Amino acid sequence: MVYNNSENLVLEDGSNIAVIGGGPAGSFFSYFALEFSERFGLEINVDIIEAKDFNCIGPSGCNHCGGIVSESLIQALSAEGIVLPSNVIHRGIESYTLHLEQGTTVIETPVHEQRIASMFRGSGPRGSTGDDELSFDNYLLDLCREKGANIISGRVIEAENNNDGVILKTKEGTEKKYDLVVGAVGLNLKALQLFKNLSPSFKPPQTTKTHICEFHLGEKIIDEYFGDSMHVFLLDLPNIKFGALIPKGQYVTMVLLGSDINKQIVSAFLNAKPVRDCFPAHMDIESIMPCQCYPTINVQGAKSAFGDRMILIGDSASSKLFKNGIGAAYITAKAAAKTAIFEGVSENDFRKHYQPACSDLDRDNMVGKFIFTVTTIIQKSPLLKKGLLSMVIKEQTKANHKRLMSSMLWDTFTGSAPYTDILKRTLNPMFSINFFGHTLKRIFNGSNNK
Amino acid sequence: MKNKKLGRLYNDGEIVIKQGEQGDCLYVIQDGKVEIIDESGEKEIRLAELGETEFFGEMGLFEKDVRSCTVRALGDAKIMTIDKRNFYKTIQKDPTLAYRLLEKMSNRLRDTNKKLRNQ
Repeated sequence: MVYNNSENLVLEDGSNIAVIGGGPAGSFFSYFALEFSERFGLEINVDIIEAKDFNCIGPSGCNHCGGIVSESLIQALSAEGIVLPSNVIHRGIESYTLHLEQGTTVIETPVHEQRIASMFRGSGPRGSTGDDELSFDNYLLDLCREKGANIISGRVIEAENNNDGVILKTKEGTEKKYDLVVGAVGLNLKALQLFKNLSPSFKPPQTTKTHICEFHLGEKIIDEYFGDSMHVFLLDLPNIKFGALIPKGQYVTMVLLGSDINKQIVSAFLNAKPVRDCFPAHMDIESIMPCQCYPTINVQGAKSAFGDRMILIGDSASSKLFKNGIGAAYITAKAAAKTAIFEGVSENDFRKHYQPACSDLDRDNMVGKFIFTVTTIIQKSPLLKKGLLSMVIKEQTKANHKRLMSSMLWDTFTGSAPYTDILKRTLNPMFSINFFGHTLKRIFNGSNNK
Repeated sequence: MKNKKLGRLYNDGEIVIKQGEQGDCLYVIQDGKVEIIDESGEKEIRLAELGETEFFGEMGLFEKDVRSCTVRALGDAKIMTIDKRNFYKTIQKDPTLAYRLLEKMSNRLRDTNKKLRNQ
């Protein structure tokens, strides 16, 4: 490590970087740090320290996530030369099926090609055979290993600032000094506390509880009942802003997003008619649920997620509200890697070059909160929902019809576009005229579109 | 071929892009192979064969001209498009996304120079 002036700390040949956490954020950081340093002609060492074994089946190998890689991320990764292998993709998603109490409609992908992947972060739910299918997190770790990263199985229990580095101690008894420590620890409170000790001004993200569970249905039933479509629900149920059923190989993953989801809320969702109608009649779906969890998600970004020689990325810093957490991990990890390699690893470097990426996400989430508030109003109004459904059905059935509502819903569900872009599109006067036109029609003819 | 790969499926011999047509997106091969063909003469000339993770159609991102070659699937291939607008928007925020594109274009230029020297 060298000082290029009184404030900046710069990595040099032989510098050591520790990445705590081997999920997507940690892997993306390591991959790009090694990629940029190679292009830049800098030789660095990257240790990824991860306590979990993603080869394990069930909760011990899982990172508790819905398991969707968004359209925008798939495109960005393709441009980077990262093409997801067949055994990581459990299903390519080509449409979204929107379920309301008032009816159902399918929103097709605008380009008629599969650009969204469903996958498992670990090696599948409890009881799954794993077979030749790969965990997404393991695949990314393998990419890092190929680039030259060392994957260390262990748990960091202590981090201490030293004059010329940060000393990390693991539960396994190792101790090593690093020139930069990267926190990709998700929302793990104990691990976040390590970073608070390094930089007291760091304030962890605010969180809320969600729900994820898996249904073991088998490929044949999934093909017949779900197809290659992600089923999304805008139902008038308390606390739930959004529910989804995501088809995968042998399983369907259910994700409920909102605020403080609990058992009663999950039960109300499962018993709602539009949800029940997605499954074979008379199937006792609660008996085919091998895994379920109530993970927390980031709903408000961290403050001061960096300091001299330390930085937090992914969920530990800023994420995208309710959607595309892996996409946000990619954005923050890459911004951190660019800063560390090309600029420096001081607090000022991170503030100047990394913070803008987090601020962009945080600002966009403010708009996202507004969009979800409007969505909640629509969720509670049968009339507005009829208008919405009618508008989508018309857009989807008429060729060359401008797909204003469909594209807005597509981007909201997929998380592919920033919320700010989505809001801008809804400000198009044609959007409001069409939406209220369809709603007024429902008032006058009182019919249901099914 | 297991078809869990993303993108659109092109069958053997199917044209992905046609020389002389307008185009404004980049293609990335997710699975399988394609061949690049020059159809400007009387006989078609096979210029290259591309495989998984490679891209083509990049000229369409930077020029307003028509496609310079025809590309067709060599066996079944899964190919994903990257929209020009999305690509530019992303590059605006993250210019490093263009590194690989520049690297590949540089490699192709080097190959062309080599071929010219050997003629």
